[in-house]
Order: sequence, then structure tokens, then C-alpha cells
Amino acid sequence: MAFFGTFALLIALALAGYSFFVGLLALVFHRRQSGALSETARRAGIASFVCVTGAAFALVYATFTNDFSIEYIRQHSNKALPLIYKFSALWSGQEGSLLFWAWLLAAYGFVLRLRHKSDPKLFAYASVILAGVQVFFLLLVNVAARPFGLAARVVEDGNGLNPLLQYPEMVIHPPMLYLGYVGFTVPFAFALAALAMKYPGERWIHITRIWTMVTWCFLTIGIFLGSHWAYSVLGWGGYWGWDPVENASLLPWLTGTAFLHSVMMQEKRGMLKKWNMWLIFTTFMLCILGTWLTRSGVISSVHAFAQSSIGLWFIVFLFLTFVVCNLFFFWRWDFMKTENKLESIVSRESSFVFNNVLFVVACFTVLWGTLFPLLSEWVQGTKVTVGPPFFNRVMIPVGLLLLVLTGVGPLLAWRKTSLGSLRRNFTVPTVAAIALGLVMIVTGWARPWISTSEFYAWTTIVLSVLVAVTIFAEFYRGARVIAGKTGENIVGAILHLTRRNTRRYGGYLVHFGVVLIMIGFAGTAFNQEKEQEMGFGDRLELGRYTLVGKSFTQDDTPNHVSDAAILEVSENGKFVGMMYPEKRLYKANNEPGTIVANRSTIRDDLYLVFAGMSETGKPIIKAYLNPLVSWIWVGVIIVVLGTIVALFPNMQAATAQERVALREPVAVEGD
Amino acid sequence: MKNQTSVFGPRTSGKRRFAQLALVAVLALVFLGAGDTATRFSALGHGMICACGCNQILLECNHVGCSYSDRMRGELQQMLDKGMSDEAITQEFVLKYGNTILAAPTTSGFNLVAWVVPFLVLGTATFFAALLVRRWKSGAEPLPATAAAGAPLDEYRERARRETEL
Repeated sequence: MAFFGTFALLIALALAGYSFFVGLLALVFHRRQSGALSETARRAGIASFVCVTGAAFALVYATFTNDFSIEYIRQHSNKALPLIYKFSALWSGQEGSLLFWAWLLAAYGFVLRLRHKSDPKLFAYASVILAGVQVFFLLLVNVAARPFGLAARVVEDGNGLNPLLQYPEMVIHPPMLYLGYVGFTVPFAFALAALAMKYPGERWIHITRIWTMVTWCFLTIGIFLGSHWAYSVLGWGGYWGWDPVENASLLPWLTGTAFLHSVMMQEKRGMLKKWNMWLIFTTFMLCILGTWLTRSGVISSVHAFAQSSIGLWFIVFLFLTFVVCNLFFFWRWDFMKTENKLESIVSRESSFVFNNVLFVVACFTVLWGTLFPLLSEWVQGTKVTVGPPFFNRVMIPVGLLLLVLTGVGPLLAWRKTSLGSLRRNFTVPTVAAIALGLVMIVTGWARPWISTSEFYAWTTIVLSVLVAVTIFAEFYRGARVIAGKTGENIVGAILHLTRRNTRRYGGYLVHFGVVLIMIGFAGTAFNQEKEQEMGFGDRLELGRYTLVGKSFTQDDTPNHVSDAAILEVSENGKFVGMMYPEKRLYKANNEPGTIVANRSTIRDDLYLVFAGMSETGKPIIKAYLNPLVSWIWVGVIIVVLGTIVALFPNMQAATAQERVALREPVAVEGD
Repeated sequence: MKNQTSVFGPRTSGKRRFAQLALVAVLALVFLGAGDTATRFSALGHGMICACGCNQILLECNHVGCSYSDRMRGELQQMLDKGMSDEAITQEFVLKYGNTILAAPTTSGFNLVAWVVPFLVLGTATFFAALLVRRWKSGAEPLPATAAAGAPLDEYRERARRETEL
């Protein structure tokens, strides 16, 4: 398998190289044979996908057959590893994950090249750019990080998979994240292609937007699956720790989100062409930067960079990308000339400008905080830690401003919004939000004057209600008109409305999902935790829950040994079930793992961790009561659903009256 | 200066009264700011990183077999019990474990840059965005705003929208 995989990767590199250089020749030199040459380049690109698929299959097959002659398999798998996690071995180490990246990129390229007939010239350009990126990653796996390198000695069994990765979500979290990361190469390729060929019109924007939405959706799923995994496996009671790897995935998500918004300005008003171009360039470069941060170890230890041969590759590639983007950007400056004109400051256009400012500043802040330890060491000669206290303090205000715009932006008309319509749209949501805020204070549920975190939490919930009510009002207004015309009930009318304008109402759904996520984040301010020995009959009170120690059990499987506590749980004095927090020790690598016991409700999570054994031989249990966490996961599901809805084509409106009802206001007259 | 008498008793001089008030204010601030030990333990413990290399907040480190977190929490509790101030405790930890023990940069010297720059960037970016929007606004010829329906351009707009829908 090692020989087959190595050979497949070499052939893939040769084919990607051919696809890039010959494709480039065909585009640069306009000869009679250019069309045929371009076609061979396209086919070479498709063939490279076949080869990388063969290599990826070889690595997975080697994992399944326990081929420990391959060093990578020896390091990341073992015989006792459950079958489902044998797949995870493909992306659990550096070489494998880079091969996985190369394979996904080839797969995206395969789809792109198959769809070339919709616009042959644009797709030919994009295919060449994609092939260029493929060459880089295939060079990496052929030269710098070889997944099929042979082990120095023959071993009976491997080291096994990192226990933290032995969790069902880890079978889908990295692929989702990578689908997002790698996927941004496609909109980048189209953007650069459009720039290079001076693409007439804005059609490339629509193609790019669809790819960006799909990619953004994958990245969103990937990020939150990672959060859920951290919450379920790491056992520290949280889901986001602002560590460099998490931040690396957030960076392109922020700029990608900004792009998805600002690209509408180009579509509707022909504005922000240069800005959009740089947003998508930046998003792609942040994907590469994120991979470098994650893979080079440059942040966790600045000296790791010197030891990492791969880091330099990424730096060179980033630099080249930056230079190429700049070259084309300034070379085609005139092509992107636009007439930026606003009729009113109070308009959708303005809200998009400020929304973009906030997203880009948020991205800069995360990058700044992530890289500041490097800067500090370079300037002061001393390392510093930039952790959650910094990010929470700096990012929460930006997040709240974005939340305000989430509610306000969609209700502003293109071109101009009158104060009268603003009053009409915002009176009810504002009153509802303020009323809820006051109710929270009066009932003692929130005390915003107690601490900054409580103030932020209270503000977040109040603003979330404001945004949610504006969204519901938008659905209701449109549905009422449809119901009046068609006689449908309100639910049917909402579905009808959504099918008629999927982009708009899918977008509202996404915003609603974001609101739920923000409410979930706000719950952190009200977290409670306790730690206690829990022998037989010991009781622990936390919020409305009572835990009683019942027993302690040990288990021994081929993969691990484990200790688990058996606890009886009562809610307000009423028995609700048993919970089993567990601690494991994995035999292959002698590493410990935490199996959290979590009772999740819409109100809060009762989250139990087996922290260890006391000197008296009793299990030590850490109990957390985390309010509103499930709102985050529900919110993510709604975000994904909203994105899927927005990707669907519109159903044509039947009548002119319906079209009027569905139409977004282009301008609203003053009253 | 002789103390005068009022209905409320002997009058103290203005300076002395000011000193008394200042003392009361300082004591109030000290005691109000101190908070109870549990709150301070939580705040300080969440402001530090476990020294075991797990990169987790001290009070969130659940690293099995961690030889640092329990000891560090013990040290923190001892210092609080001794009545040490937050600054003194922080300094003690920095001396013992190094700068990286703090979960966020300090607000002094070069580290202040870490805190200032994001807000500076936010302010600058917002300012320039506002300028940009104003410039766009001033460059535009005001067109008659049309209602959502019934305008003569509607047909073309609808067509354009249809053609630009995904």
C-alpha cells in the first residue's frame, strides 16, 4: 500500500502540474490549439482527483489492515482501535490531514471541472488557479509531509489514536471543517479568474456566492461540531476556549460572513467591487494561515517554527498568493471601477458597510490576539499568554454591535429608509425587548449591575429578543399578505412565502439561528459549579438538582480501562435518572480520557465530570450547571437549515400582486 | 481654630471632616472591592493558566494526573486566607511561574498595546466607514424614492431581480 499510495501521489502531482501549466499556456497564448490544450488541462485535473482518491484510499486501507510498516499508521492507529475511528486516523496527524486536504481540494476541483459547460472560459481560468493550489498541497504531501513514509522498524502494534479523538463527532468534525477550509479555494479561484479575464457582468458573483454559502455552511458546522466535541470530551465545562486552533477556524468564517453580506451590494447596486475582491482573497489566505498556525505549532511554542519544515512552505505559499492577488488587483484596477452612490445614510447599503467593518475588525482582533504572543516575544523578549479573559473582554462588545445590526440591517430598504418606516418596524420589537429586560430584572433572573458578565448577558438577551421579534414580524407581515391572497393558513403562508423568496427568508432563518446562539452564549454568565467527593450516600446540591452517590464501577476493554461513578439525580426532589461520569485510561498510549455525563435540557445542562479519586478512595465529581447551552446547538441547526433554504431556487410567484407582497422594499417614502 | 457648636453637636474643622470622609470612602471601597473570598478565588483562578502546559484556565484544568493545578489552587487559597491583595497574589504567581501564568496580558508597558489596538482599529475603521458613507451620500443625486409597488421602473427592477436570483 505504501508503494501504491506514494506512486498515486506522484502521478497526482504530475497531473496537477500539467493542469496548471498547460492550462495557463492555453489561456495566455491564444492559438488555434488553445481550446484543445485547455481541455487536456481540464481532464488532467479530473485525473488528478482519481489519483489523490487512490492515495487516500490506500492510507485508509492500510489503517484497516493494520499495516504498521507505514510510519503514519504506526503513530496514529493500533489493532484495538474501533473500526469507526480507523477512518479518523486519516486526519488525526499532520501527513494524513494534509493528504485529506489535497483530496478534498481535488474533489472540489473535480466538481468544478465537470460543470465547466456553464461558462467554459471562466471555469477554465478558475480550474487553472485551483490546479495551482493543488500543486502546492501535492508538493507538500510528496516532499515535506509524506503520509506513506516507511517505519524505521517493524512493530507488532501501533501507538493508537489520541484518546481525545476517539469520539463519534471526531469522525465528522474534521471533514466538515476541512470542507469549509478547502472549499474557500473555489470562490477564491473564481474571483481571481474573473479579475484576470475581466469577466463581463456580475454572473461570476452568483457562482461564487453559491460556492461561498456551501463552504461557509460546512465551516459553520465544523466549528460548532468542534465546540460540541470540546464540550463533550475535554470535560472543562466549556465549549470555546479561544485557543489558537479554534481561532484559526474562526478567522475565515468571519471574513467569509462579511463577504456573503457585502457581495449583495455588488449584486444589487454594483458597489464594493474592490472590497469584495479583497474579502474573498483574505478569506482564502486566512484558511492557509489557519492551517499554518494549526500545523506548524508556531503559537503553542514559537520555537516549533524552526523545527517545522512545513511552516516555511506555508509562509512561502502565502507570500506568493499575496503577491499574485496584489498583481492582478492593481493590474485590473480599472475593471473594478464603480460608482458608489448613496441616496440616504439610513439604508441597507450603509448597514452592510458597518456590518463589514465589524466582521473585519472582529477578524483582526482574533488574529491580533492569536499572534500577540509572537509579537510580545519579538519586542519584549518575554512570552505572554493571550487567553479567554482578553478575547471575552474585547470581542463581546463587537459581538453585541453585530447583533444589533442583525436586527436592524434587514429591515432597512435599499437606497433609502424613512424614519416613519423605521418607527413602524421597530416600535413593537423595541418595546418587547425593553419589557423583557425589565421583567428579567424585576424577577431577579438577571442583575446587570452585579458584574460585567451579567450586564453583557442581560444586554445580549434583550438585543436577541429585539432581533427575534423583528424577524418574526417580517415573516408575519409577508405571510399575512400571502394568506390574504391565497386563503392559506399562516403556517402554509410562511412556507409559501419562504419558497417564493428563499434567499431573503433563508437569510432571516440564519439570523434567527444566530440569535439563539447568542442567547446560548449569554447563559455562560450564570454558570454554577461544585466539586465534591461522592462516596456511597454522599449528596451534592447544585441549583435545582440533587446528586446522590450510589456506586463506583470499573471496566476493562481491549482498548481501555475505566472508572465510573454511578449517581442518582433528582430535580426539585423528584428522581429523574442515573448519571455515569467516567474516566478512561487508553492502553495503547497510556493516555487518560474523560467521558462526561451530561443531562441537557432547554433550560440548562447538568454536566458531570469524574475528576479522579480522593485519598479516601472516593470518586471526586465536578458538577456544572450550564444554562442555555442547548440553545447554541439548536441555533446552529437553524443556521444550517436557513443556509440550505437560501441555496434553493425561488418558486416563481404566480401573480403580480404576489410579487409585490414578496418584494423587498427598494426605497421607502417618508410618511 | 475653635470648634463651633451646632444643633448636631460640636463642629469639626473642614479639613478634619474631609479626612474622615476620605477614610470612610477608602475603607468602603476597599471592603466593597474585596468581595468575598470565593468570588476572589474564582476571579483570580479564572485569570490564570495552569502551569502544566495544557493551556487551560487554572480553575478549568482537569488534566488527569496534573501535578500543578491542585497545588496552584491550594497556593491561591492560602494567599487569600493570608489576606493578600489581588495584585500581591498575581505578582507572587508571576514570580513563581513566569509571565505566561497570566491568562491575559497586563495593562502596563508594551502589553497595553494588546488591549488598545483592537479598540483603536474599531474606532478608526468605524470613523472611515462613516466618512465613506457620507462621501457616497454627498456624491449621489437624490432620486425620487419610489414606493415598493406601482412605479414605472418596477417591471425592469423585477426583471433584474429575477435574473439575479439564485
